[in-house]
Amino acid sequence: MPLTLKIAVTHLNSRRRQTLMSLLGVMLGVAFFMAVSSLMRGSEQDFIKRLVDSAPHITVSDEFRDAPVQPAVKQFPDGAVAISNVKPKTEVRGIRGYKQKMAYIENIPGVRVAPVLSGQIILTYAGKEQGVLMNGVVPELMSGVSDIEEKIVAGNMQALSSNPNGVIIGRALARKMNLGMDDNITVSSPVGQVRTMKIVGLFETGATAIDEGQAYVLLKRAQVLLDRPDRANMLVMQLDDPYASREVAARIEKHIGYRSRSWQEASESLLSVLLVRNIIMYSVVSAILVVASFGIYNIISTVVMEKRRDIAILKSMGFTARDVRHIFLWEGTIIGLMGSVGGLTLGYGLIWVLSTLRFQVPGVSVPIEMPVYWGLDQALIACAFAALSAMGAAYFPARKAGLVHPVDILRGQA
Amino acid sequence: MNGDGAVEVLRAEHVTRELTGEVPVTLVKDASLAINRGEFVSIMGPSGSGKSSLLYLLGLLDMPTSGKIWLDGEEVTTLTERQIARIRLEKLGFVFQFHFLLVEFTVLDNVMLPMTKLGRLPEKEQRERAEALLADLGMADQLRKRPDQLSGGQRQRVAIARALANDPLVILADEPTGNLDSKSSANVRDILSELVHDGNKTVLAVTHDPEFARAGDRQIHIVDGRIATDGMRPD
Repeated sequence: MPLTLKIAVTHLNSRRRQTLMSLLGVMLGVAFFMAVSSLMRGSEQDFIKRLVDSAPHITVSDEFRDAPVQPAVKQFPDGAVAISNVKPKTEVRGIRGYKQKMAYIENIPGVRVAPVLSGQIILTYAGKEQGVLMNGVVPELMSGVSDIEEKIVAGNMQALSSNPNGVIIGRALARKMNLGMDDNITVSSPVGQVRTMKIVGLFETGATAIDEGQAYVLLKRAQVLLDRPDRANMLVMQLDDPYASREVAARIEKHIGYRSRSWQEASESLLSVLLVRNIIMYSVVSAILVVASFGIYNIISTVVMEKRRDIAILKSMGFTARDVRHIFLWEGTIIGLMGSVGGLTLGYGLIWVLSTLRFQVPGVSVPIEMPVYWGLDQALIACAFAALSAMGAAYFPARKAGLVHPVDILRGQA
Repeated sequence: MNGDGAVEVLRAEHVTRELTGEVPVTLVKDASLAINRGEFVSIMGPSGSGKSSLLYLLGLLDMPTSGKIWLDGEEVTTLTERQIARIRLEKLGFVFQFHFLLVEFTVLDNVMLPMTKLGRLPEKEQRERAEALLADLGMADQLRKRPDQLSGGQRQRVAIARALANDPLVILADEPTGNLDSKSSANVRDILSELVHDGNKTVLAVTHDPEFARAGDRQIHIVDGRIATDGMRPD
């Protein structure tokens, strides 16, 4: 053990109460840092998980990111004459050749894809009319890309396959229109198709807009209702690794031309809110550690003041300013490291306590749990920050100690 | 080597120490002296005459404003702080009026401290040497005590043992008996005297105590920062 470290340990040991208080400061700082960070990160992950699970990771829609270049412009890119009021060719809406495009996507490893044709329809029942967004789906493929199946509270998705005239609507809508399972309703589409369909399932996502405003039918039936045979206007995907969505989406768009949006792109503003939230959180919890480091500054300054005589004697004995500085830097380092280790333990204890908490909110059937994050990275950040601020806090008194001139002290004493 | 065969260990030439400030003060003025190995030199003078200041300069704790100092044949006034610290560690030992021991450390640890810092001996030998030094000074049964459990005379003996730890060339003492009763004073005086006469050490001591000064071979009187007289003890 270096001599300076030995002296530092002896100093700390001989004022146990002060040392303990500053240790406690660092420990609490690290522990709160970890607990708050764990909650924030946990809730962020929970939020992203909900975001990611409920919506497709990538959606290919029947539109292009940029309007297609008109043939005349393509022909004469630097033409002196500009053509205005060119109306693009009318096209049948939908993804052209969606089956080929799906085949390409299915070949990408870790990606599950399903076609959807959605469009507005009107449900009529007992004189009430309600416009809803109809999603034409392939039930077998839908289960791989959406959690809608888990949200079905009556009937099931497969019922659509066995009954092509089946429709699944939200429970909120059913309640509003006084509908129940196996009731028949009239469905009319904008292109003039009218059918009678049977309710074969009810779903409940918790989001009113979806529960009152969406319906699921078989893809084939949707194609007939909207008069778009063999078309889909969306390809929805889920990936084994949701965080790869951005890259995969770019790859797909490059290949098939249609606009493909990753969930990150779709919820960019939400993600930037999360970033701001993280910055706020880390500055607040860092402040705790900064306050703790003032405690360290205080104790080491006090020790330096009290130990001026010792410093003088050490210097007269042959210790250099650097040796003396090291003694007090060691003290800061010891407090920082020990406080970090203690804080780590306390922090994980706090996280554990938080993870066991359950809140029963009136009107919600499932008790709310605190989403906590157990990652080691936040602990490392807390410890590194604590150790650095402890050493930083020790530096100034240590430098002052190094500058103590033994003769000044000896003169004062003699 | 001097003409008479004595080895010079410490020499000062025209050493002056001034404190700058609003009212400049001259602590030591134009002091020149040479001290040979095996001398017991007392520096005497009224309070505030600059005798301690001269000792700090000769002990390299302070640097002169002008003039030169040689220790063991090497000019030290041109060296860096680190080099000077090293010389203090290897060649000088200090004993102060107030014992200046580290209160958190045991007697043994205090004596071992300079040896540990120098790092020349393995720890076991450091311990043995510290024990031997303390035993020589009659402190063999106090090794594990802390300084605040000792009497003033005992503490001063520990301080002497610590000053001797690295087998220095010169021991510098600043009123080593200034804070002791007459019995302890006599004891410390005898120890230092023995170091000179039996151990061939060089002792340079500032003192107010005529008894103490009489134990030395040579007395230097300082008045107003100047060396007034410098001579062998009038026997």
